[in-house]
Amino acid sequence: MTAAALLTTGAPTACAPWPRVVLDRAAWIALRDAPGLDLLALWGAPGFAHAAFLDRAALRVVLASLPAPEGRFPALSPGRPGAVLFERALHDLWRLTPEEAVDARPFLDHGRWPLAGPLSARPAPQAPEAPPMAFLPAEGEGVHQIPVGPIHAGIIEPGHFRFHVQGETIVRLEARLGYTHKGTLSLMLGKSPRAAARFAARLSGDSTVAHSLAFARAAEAAAGVPAPPRAAAIRAAMLELERLHNHLNDLGFIANDAAFAALHAECGWLREGLLRAQHAAFGHRLMMDRVLPGGVAQDLDAAGVAALRGALARIAAALPGLLRIYESHASLQDRMVGTGVIPPALRDAFAPGGVVGRAAGRAFDARVLNGEMAAEAMPLHAAGDVDARWRQRHAEAGIAIARAEALLAALPEGPLALPLPAQGGEGVALVEGFRGECLAWVMLDDGGLIEALYLRDPSWLHWPLLEAAAIGNIVADFPLINKSVNGSYSGVDL
Amino acid sequence: MLWPKLARNLLSRPRTDPPVTPRPEVVAALRDRLAEAGQRRLGRSLAIRHVDAGSCNGCELECHALGNVAHDLERYGLRFVASPRHADVLLVTGPLTRNMAEALLRCRAATPEPAWIVAAGDCAVDGGVFKGSYAVLGGVEEAIMPDLVIPGCPPTPTHILEGLVALLEANAG
Repeated sequence: MTAAALLTTGAPTACAPWPRVVLDRAAWIALRDAPGLDLLALWGAPGFAHAAFLDRAALRVVLASLPAPEGRFPALSPGRPGAVLFERALHDLWRLTPEEAVDARPFLDHGRWPLAGPLSARPAPQAPEAPPMAFLPAEGEGVHQIPVGPIHAGIIEPGHFRFHVQGETIVRLEARLGYTHKGTLSLMLGKSPRAAARFAARLSGDSTVAHSLAFARAAEAAAGVPAPPRAAAIRAAMLELERLHNHLNDLGFIANDAAFAALHAECGWLREGLLRAQHAAFGHRLMMDRVLPGGVAQDLDAAGVAALRGALARIAAALPGLLRIYESHASLQDRMVGTGVIPPALRDAFAPGGVVGRAAGRAFDARVLNGEMAAEAMPLHAAGDVDARWRQRHAEAGIAIARAEALLAALPEGPLALPLPAQGGEGVALVEGFRGECLAWVMLDDGGLIEALYLRDPSWLHWPLLEAAAIGNIVADFPLINKSVNGSYSGVDL
Repeated sequence: MLWPKLARNLLSRPRTDPPVTPRPEVVAALRDRLAEAGQRRLGRSLAIRHVDAGSCNGCELECHALGNVAHDLERYGLRFVASPRHADVLLVTGPLTRNMAEALLRCRAATPEPAWIVAAGDCAVDGGVFKGSYAVLGGVEEAIMPDLVIPGCPPTPTHILEGLVALLEANAG
């Protein structure tokens, strides 16, 4: 059944700007292999399973729900491998059981919270002794395991990597996450969007603008109050600045993991200049808490604009040189090219967003969907390896500079924020952060407080692809592959 | 090509910021607390093991920035090490999540004495905005007592450096 036909079978709700359709069981099961729909997210609410898809042809988000009064729903993972991690988290947080799920092991719940299913209507007492994590096996002559983490050897978020290795070659990798689970969603429930914004800003600190903006746009859509033009332009510029400083970070750190320190030092220096300009312009190096539902927290004055444009000009002047250095060192190319490949079959099965997706040939950017960028302006380095991801970031850094320049050069006048009325509503938004598309879905009760919500980081689809991309590579190349994918731990751990 | 750039850099002035100076009262307060044994054993350098106890990764970005050419952490004798067994300082970020508490305690147990605990960022100080969540125990002190707290969300690299250099000077004095 096509996406359009599926949606006519259900009852639409008043979610803005894209309606959410409540389906029956048969239509929900048809979502397992409905053509033209890419899975964005799968989450829960007491008595409901919710799913978000991208309709590739119509360039719109499709929201679907299934009532689950018995605490069970048909899993989507039999047809969609990207659903696996979502379903495991759904069971851990909302105690909804995915029937026929491909993988029923816990994910975020390590058996250490006081209650099981903390977001369900009736959380259960936690079992006294959690069984140890059962990692997926690998068998064969000489296969041994390397356990790494949760505390890694560098300055990095915690997570456990379990390698199965034969000689130097990775046979299987599994990432166990959940260590940074902070109960972020539960802390946002019952609060006004303004009060809850600081949690969206801390879902993943490196994407603070992107997640804050997705959450703000969803809350504004729910309240029917769009942000005023000046706020919208400042927010769009902040989004590009965030993309740029993170891309510079990744360009440097990928080179550093190939022991090429000069590029790392140069990228770090350029990024530091940008962070200082951001501090001068917004009063915060990472621009945290500057995006609010309804607008922005503070204005951007002429001195701030000048500081930002100065930093952008220095980076724009240096970018071509970074590429020349990258391309003129065989020692670097040797490590990058052909390493950590995400093949087309997996790209199509998971439909990952962001640099990871585009560097494997998937032409999607949420800025195109929101009318902020032309589809043909999107570069596509489609080889799917570490090299493609480095080049993709380099190309996108240039586009981010151009977009930020254009936005800063023509900031409209007007108010900075509008109050959101204390009324009910439902909204959804998709914002292209530096990692990919950040989705926010918010349902407000009659008093304008958050009744249900979900925040989805693009890393949900990147982690399983990292596991796949590592197979067949040597252990020593794993840091390089990991850095080139750069999944967020906190963004997935919630 | 990289070579012309390297040659230019040899002839130009360094990009590194002027060194930070910690406030004297912070140094004095710390000096009183730290054992003299540390000074004899360590002199003027500290090996730092970073532990993320559940952060949003904002603090990690600023800890990384400590190593860039502007802040240049290593000129103070400070460096990040890969194992707690090589560490003098555990630099802990993030609210202490229930899922990370055991790992943090094991890391502390693997760190040789004397070891100093630094809680960096509002979350590490007292749980920050995540205080009260079912999944969060609170600040670092719920597992181990910090010797120094560096507030901020996230603290800037300059603030982190001030704290670490203060630790170094209190230790040496």
